[in-house]
Amino acid sequence: MTSVDAVLSAIDLTSWRGETCVLNEVSLSLSAGQILQVVGPNGSGKTTLLRTLAGLALPDDGQVMWQGNNIEHDRSTFQSQLLYLGHKPGVSGALTPRENLLAFLHVRQASPDLTQLDDALDALALGERKELPCRWLSAGQQRRVALARLVLEPVNLWILDEPLNALDVDGIAWVVDRIEEHAERGGMVLFTTHQPMPLVRRQAQQVLLSEVEMSS
Amino acid sequence: MSTEQETPTVGIWQVFSTVFVRDLRIAFSSWSEGLNPLLFFVLVVSLFPLGIGPDPRLLSSIGPGVIWVSALLAMLMSLDGLFAADHRDGTLEQWVLSGQPLSIIALAKVCTHWVRSGLPLVLMSPLLGVFLNLPTTALPVLVVSLLLGTMILSLVGAIGSALTLTVKQGGVLLALLVLPLSVPVLIFGAAAVQAVVEQREALGQLALLGGGVMGALALAPVGIAAALRVGVSSGD
Repeated sequence: MTSVDAVLSAIDLTSWRGETCVLNEVSLSLSAGQILQVVGPNGSGKTTLLRTLAGLALPDDGQVMWQGNNIEHDRSTFQSQLLYLGHKPGVSGALTPRENLLAFLHVRQASPDLTQLDDALDALALGERKELPCRWLSAGQQRRVALARLVLEPVNLWILDEPLNALDVDGIAWVVDRIEEHAERGGMVLFTTHQPMPLVRRQAQQVLLSEVEMSS
Repeated sequence: MSTEQETPTVGIWQVFSTVFVRDLRIAFSSWSEGLNPLLFFVLVVSLFPLGIGPDPRLLSSIGPGVIWVSALLAMLMSLDGLFAADHRDGTLEQWVLSGQPLSIIALAKVCTHWVRSGLPLVLMSPLLGVFLNLPTTALPVLVVSLLLGTMILSLVGAIGSALTLTVKQGGVLLALLVLPLSVPVLIFGAAAVQAVVEQREALGQLALLGGGVMGALALAPVGIAAALRVGVSSGD
């Protein structure tokens, strides 16, 4: 399944949780400008697949390749080009949206653009709340704080696990726009969602994880 | 695609200071929680004269041990939640995936932990020393021994805290893991103070503690990072 111009490719990923096979020889590839949606019922291993592709979880068999190299061999090169947003937003309740984002930006970029940060918070309707501790924000607003990183971090690959959870209609539209924009610039997006996703300009390709793969 | 790769790399010092400042902010926003170890320390030490009786000679001979054991337990108590909040809200995943050395991030977190849990104990210790009738000459040694000792306990304890990341109610397991490693710190720390009380030289014990800090500073971050990776990869 791997094509020649693939930037990210997974080869025969297999993952076990105890006696249960969560991923059974899953292969996929992603090249520049491509959007890939991982589809499957609950428990079909979508999250495990995304975590494995991001390098958070190690597969029991198979490998993940980034620009031809196994990601386990050169983790920091791969991860500096990756933005992974999981189920948990990675937002500390004790800090304000601004402080939360600044910490990530300063750890990942030598000199982040701070005007961009305020623009992003305004675009996500968080402008008035950027000085409030995040524990006072709703689940959807906390998700928006995490999603602001989509426009703040210039990376190639986005791996988004249920990015639309808890978002309202405007929030969903914003994320969809960003995904399409990112793909048009040549970036790659890999995501899961259970919500209907109106990708207008560019049809997302789908990888189906069937239930059959669950049982061993 | 290749344009982004030309961005300058982030220095290690910037990573360290960013995480350190971030965690200090969190610590200050919930400062009452951070005072728990100090409160525990003061309470335990002040219960001893009540239980044993106010004989000044007896107090000054058990004083170094009492203060050191209480400090050790207070540090142990504070270790439980060192990485828990970051793990719960998903920040830890982001640190693992940041593309920066996880050991530097871990070291920054341990430093914050020491500032909020270890340093207050060190600052409070002279007062408790007086309380237990330690001679004034022993107080500087008490402070220095605790200063070095709590640093080692923070660093070594953080390995245990990272290893028990995904264990529910991991407090007892953490104690079992960390206590054997902290016994030498307790022995040399208390012995240093005891030596001064008995008007002997304490430099040897303090030098050993100082060596311990250096060793822990060099090795613990690598261990913590490895343990955190395993903890995060096993999910919740």
